[in-house]
Amino acid sequence: MSATYEPVIVGFLCNWCSYRAADLAGTARLHYAPNMRPIRVMCSGRVEPDLVLKAFREGADGVLIAGCHPGECHYIEGNLKALRRYVLLKRLIRQLGIEPERLQLVWASASEGTVLAEAVNRMTEQLRALGPLRWRQTVLGGDGHPAAAAGAPKAEAVATPMTEEA
Amino acid sequence: MAGNGKPKFAMYWAASCGGCEIAVLNIGDKILAVDEAFDIAFWPCAADFKVKDVEGYPDGYIDLCLFNGGIRTSENEEMAHLLRRKSKVLVAFGSCACEGGIPALANLTTAEAIFETAYINSISTDNPKRVLPQPVSKVAEGELHIPVFYDRVRSLDQVVPVDYVIPGCPPEPHQIWAVLEAIVSGAPLPAPGSTIIGAGKVSVCDECPLEKHEKTIMRFYRPHEIVPEPGLCLLEQGLFCMGPATRSGCNARCPRVGIGCRGCYGPLDGVDDQGARMLSALASVLGVGTLRDEEAKLEPMIEEVMKTLVDPAGTLYRFSMAHSLLQRARVQTGNSTQEVSDEAHQH
Repeated sequence: MSATYEPVIVGFLCNWCSYRAADLAGTARLHYAPNMRPIRVMCSGRVEPDLVLKAFREGADGVLIAGCHPGECHYIEGNLKALRRYVLLKRLIRQLGIEPERLQLVWASASEGTVLAEAVNRMTEQLRALGPLRWRQTVLGGDGHPAAAAGAPKAEAVATPMTEEA
Repeated sequence: MAGNGKPKFAMYWAASCGGCEIAVLNIGDKILAVDEAFDIAFWPCAADFKVKDVEGYPDGYIDLCLFNGGIRTSENEEMAHLLRRKSKVLVAFGSCACEGGIPALANLTTAEAIFETAYINSISTDNPKRVLPQPVSKVAEGELHIPVFYDRVRSLDQVVPVDYVIPGCPPEPHQIWAVLEAIVSGAPLPAPGSTIIGAGKVSVCDECPLEKHEKTIMRFYRPHEIVPEPGLCLLEQGLFCMGPATRSGCNARCPRVGIGCRGCYGPLDGVDDQGARMLSALASVLGVGTLRDEEAKLEPMIEEVMKTLVDPAGTLYRFSMAHSLLQRARVQTGNSTQEVSDEAHQH
């Protein structure tokens, strides 16, 4: 466990607006948190819920979906589909014990480099406060199951599900 | 092979309800053909064999073992390993063995919380001393052992390698018979390796006779809230139906009688996470939040409608929790999480 925890944000940025916003933030030499790993997708509507869940499972501390403002989608309403998924996905991850702040959605047009930079800064700070997620180690590891314990960190492998007192 | 030379058949239940055994009997008088073709080597529900008998068999003695139920306790796991060793062909039979099934919904909580409910808080329980099952207890005669209750339900293939998978809760009798008949007749099976047999390749919607139009749902209804219009797609009427994200094989048995598909045949080929796929489909059919609405109002509007879908995790992963991408819920009681967030604050 590292003492200097840096949150990892997987960012799904739409090709037409948000990825360009990120480009603009770069060319304008904006200083913002380097914690987001951008992945360019053609549309925020292309971000299947699987991709978000997979990111969490594989070690992301947060997932940011960024797309065009409603009404400005290159594919007319891909971003609305993204929004609907996002709303339900947020409820789903809460039931799975993931804080809703770990999944965020932001609209950033090609001219809004600062909006994207601010969103990344804000989210990075929130994730710092929440601490790491480390799904594989903390959730899929120590449940007292020998198969899991073999590959899990020692401290967490000794779960005692059958204690007298709760 | 000993005795009469017939192939040996075994069926075992782990964390399951017994419905899979009933489903096998539901193939009707064809069960006689099964009995004729196979020699039963182990089937606790139907024949009196002991675990000792199985332990006594040489490895690979059982030709076909249908294993139903998820892996919840150390006993389940031990039997999975034992039967894997003793079986030539091990089949994950039914939703629980395939992907956790209903028992795996317990992955949304903890073993501790389950005990609390089952042994302390349930209304019919009187347990003032808070006695809970202990894996080891000392009595005058010595030590008593019972199986350890794990904190997570697993599917069979997460514990041992599985040759074939027959999904369904329970698998449909005609599908079971199709598989057994093929085996009895000596027809070659597809290449083993968690291969799905006894099911279709398309979605439940493909087999569903209900009339479908373009869907725009303004809210969801629970089954008791409306009487569905007969002959019309249930999802279109706002009744939650897993049809679009579920493998066919049941002949759309539930939607045919006005009950939304619950998703027991599992995801389609190439899909990791059935619940996520269904969530995706729901987003597409929702008629709320359009281009005419103000940007700031969109999210609250959609939230309002999504609230009518009660318990998303339990609904979307009714059968596939153990096999989903995240597999179980995270419980934040671990010290490590706390430690790190303290560190983060210092940082």
